[in-house]
Amino acid sequence: MQITLNGEPRQVNPGMTVAMLLEELSEATGRDPRGVAVERNLEIVPKSEHAFTVLEEGDRLELVQFVGGG
Amino acid sequence: MSDPLIIAGKTYNSRLIVGTGKYASYQQNADAARAAGAEIVTVALRRVNLSDPGKEILTDFVKPDEFTYLPNTAGCYTADEAVRTLRLAREAGGWNLVKLEVLADQKTLYPNMPETLTAAKALIADGFEVMVYCSDDPVYAKMLEEAGCCAIMPLGSLIGSGLGIMNPVNIRLIVEQTRVPVIVDAGVGTPSDAAMAMELGCDGVLMNTAIAAAKDPILMASAMKHAVIAGREGYLAGRMPKKMYADPSSPLAGLI
Repeated sequence: MQITLNGEPRQVNPGMTVAMLLEELSEATGRDPRGVAVERNLEIVPKSEHAFTVLEEGDRLELVQFVGGG
Repeated sequence: MSDPLIIAGKTYNSRLIVGTGKYASYQQNADAARAAGAEIVTVALRRVNLSDPGKEILTDFVKPDEFTYLPNTAGCYTADEAVRTLRLAREAGGWNLVKLEVLADQKTLYPNMPETLTAAKALIADGFEVMVYCSDDPVYAKMLEEAGCCAIMPLGSLIGSGLGIMNPVNIRLIVEQTRVPVIVDAGVGTPSDAAMAMELGCDGVLMNTAIAAAKDPILMASAMKHAVIAGREGYLAGRMPKKMYADPSSPLAGLI
């Protein structure tokens, strides 16, 4: 099924949770997913809910982290 | 002399807050922040870079266990965008102290004050400690203080302009009426600008470009540290009165 991740379309397996997605991205990038905040359809998904939040077709996900800024 | 800066109940020894944008590298950024003696650094919140995972990330260099991260809302033009951004920042970092800035237009990056006030009230109601970037209008500064902001941060001049303190009278008016820390945010270009802000009685200075865009950012960071200290001590010491005519410093008695 398709979701939108940081503005880009992405295919994910049905039943995938936010935690599983972060794990998959972490393996691909070699980056620690801690310090990443997740917003799903404009609502924050708290870290404590990552493992219980199942993605659905058409979900719009934003993954954000701190970068340099003034 | 112990002269700490207290923001939202937390004590800081440095009165210089620095940004983490526009540096040649995050390593240079970290070195400059250390040379500035800064304890607080502003940071922005952006999408995780999924296409270029090898790229350096801020937290590997300017580490959150060494510096207090102050998430900003740079790039937000409405109250809703700013509130959304800072809620995500709280989720990412886990802390409540934030820098609110709601901008009006890209040419001036001047603060949109009605939106800023709306966002400040929403954030404070949601448990945030809000340090607020604002115009140098004492009336709006008072409204933001009364709304519960923990620091009032008027611009010296436009963000990134380096024009210095364009309206020292207004900054002074804001200092005199405000009970929470007043921190000049934006516009400082030289160490003398920073010293001037502190001599006006400001509690601190926040800067980014003045250090990052210097030929030698590390040396400029050190210069800014000394300027803020000099300005602060000068303010506390109390300046001499200005006079129209000369007043000799050597005794007149005993002249040959």
